[in-house]
Amino acid sequence: MRRFYQRAIKDILENRFLTTVSVITIALSIMIAAAFALFFINAGEIVNLWQKGIRMMVYLKPDTSEAGRLDTKYRLQGIAGVQEARFISKKEAIEKLKTQMQHHAALLDNLKENPLPEAFEVYLQPSARNSDELAFLAERITALSTVEEVEYGQQWIQRFTNIISLFRLAGYGIGALFFMATVFIVANTIRLVLYSRRDEIEIMRLVGATDRFIKIPFYLQGMIQGGLGTLIGLLILLIGYLSLTTHFNQSVSSDLISIQFFSEFICAAIFLGGVVVGWLGCWVSLKQFMKT
Amino acid sequence: MVDSGNNAIIRLFHVHKRYGAKFALHDLTLDILKNEYLFVTGASGAGKTTLLKLLYLGEAVSEGQILVDGVNISRINRRGIPQLRRKLGIIFQDYKLIPTKTVYENVALVLEAAGRKPRLIEKKVRSVLRTVGMEDRMKSLPPGLSGGEQQRVAVARAVVGDPKIILADEPTGSLDAESAGVIMAFLDDFHSRGATIIIATHDKSLIRTGEARVVRLHDGRQLSGSSI
Repeated sequence: MRRFYQRAIKDILENRFLTTVSVITIALSIMIAAAFALFFINAGEIVNLWQKGIRMMVYLKPDTSEAGRLDTKYRLQGIAGVQEARFISKKEAIEKLKTQMQHHAALLDNLKENPLPEAFEVYLQPSARNSDELAFLAERITALSTVEEVEYGQQWIQRFTNIISLFRLAGYGIGALFFMATVFIVANTIRLVLYSRRDEIEIMRLVGATDRFIKIPFYLQGMIQGGLGTLIGLLILLIGYLSLTTHFNQSVSSDLISIQFFSEFICAAIFLGGVVVGWLGCWVSLKQFMKT
Repeated sequence: MVDSGNNAIIRLFHVHKRYGAKFALHDLTLDILKNEYLFVTGASGAGKTTLLKLLYLGEAVSEGQILVDGVNISRINRRGIPQLRRKLGIIFQDYKLIPTKTVYENVALVLEAAGRKPRLIEKKVRSVLRTVGMEDRMKSLPPGLSGGEQQRVAVARAVVGDPKIILADEPTGSLDAESAGVIMAFLDDFHSRGATIIIATHDKSLIRTGEARVVRLHDGRQLSGSSI
């Protein structure tokens, strides 16, 4: 096996230009595809975080009595999927608004009457934090006689999830495209090397070399190219990630949202994928070449 | 005709080779004995090279059967070809050395392909290169060698695997008389060690009269030197 490695390394060094082009292309392909994957992982994480914080605002009718309010709370907590219902009085609501709008607090102070309704802040159980359950719950709560309106961020979360799904679909497409392109490029690089050495291969056959003996160094060559390209691609992505997160952490106070890189396991899987792509490219050209 | 089947290392039965409508070999039947020294002669286009190509499966027969060391190579599968070629040492008219590999690497390739151990390869290759007088040039690349030197390397490569049969296609074709004499002396030496030597040549001066058999071809047909 050492002999095969030596031949593969020698071939790589003898065909430096072709190998460099191939490795750079693999690196770029892996980098772009991995960047997409990284985006999906982080976007998915953000959606998960947002979904954890999903709550409903249940606004009560202006004329709701104390007894009606207590009854509503009782009924809300009896609905499957509701974890907790916290009452927010008109006073608490305006104080909260003032805190949120510190620069315009004076405007609120000048109001003759508090326009905000009484409300319940409804926290949900994890099982209810999906769009279908939310819509169902909202419908049930709206049916209560004391409830004026139910508001929740379902619509924009749904929109965001749809966009992520669209990106994911595009990512799969692009990933598949880059996969094919990389296989094609490795296949062509190996094919060019094979054609430049067809006389040598013919001589090897004439002196009794088996196809396996001829092929193994080429497979190793393809796998080395694939592995090397993947390492470079991941390294560039890591550098990009580090500079982005440094910038992000400086500009945004992000205790909640943190951009993550691939775990060691996923890095190893991507590297293995690159090696397999190299092998596959080699297999494609050798299959055609060795028939001749 | 004497039945030489038991002692024959190569047997050809009604072998035809066609390229399109043209016959390169026509109904050739021939037995070549173990340790025989055989010259295949004839003018250019007589079918000498074609005959050698059929023996090492550089070409497939159109009709007929060929047995090499008991194996019917007309029916051999793809995987069997390397095994067959390891029984043969082939010397090509154009040497067929790999220009990017050193003299040592060119000769060692045969043993590497056969899966021999590195230590044995080194020992054997050095020994053969010493025999053909090329030990000093073993790190040289073929383009830097003279025609005679390249042919010596080709001979070394042909014999390094201790083949039973050596096929030589115009081994002295492009060499001066002195270099040709050296190459023929090597072949004589390997013949004396028990190898079967088959030389295709148009050079009648090479033929060892008395100790060798001559098969003469003309337009793909055998004119003389029939089976023993």
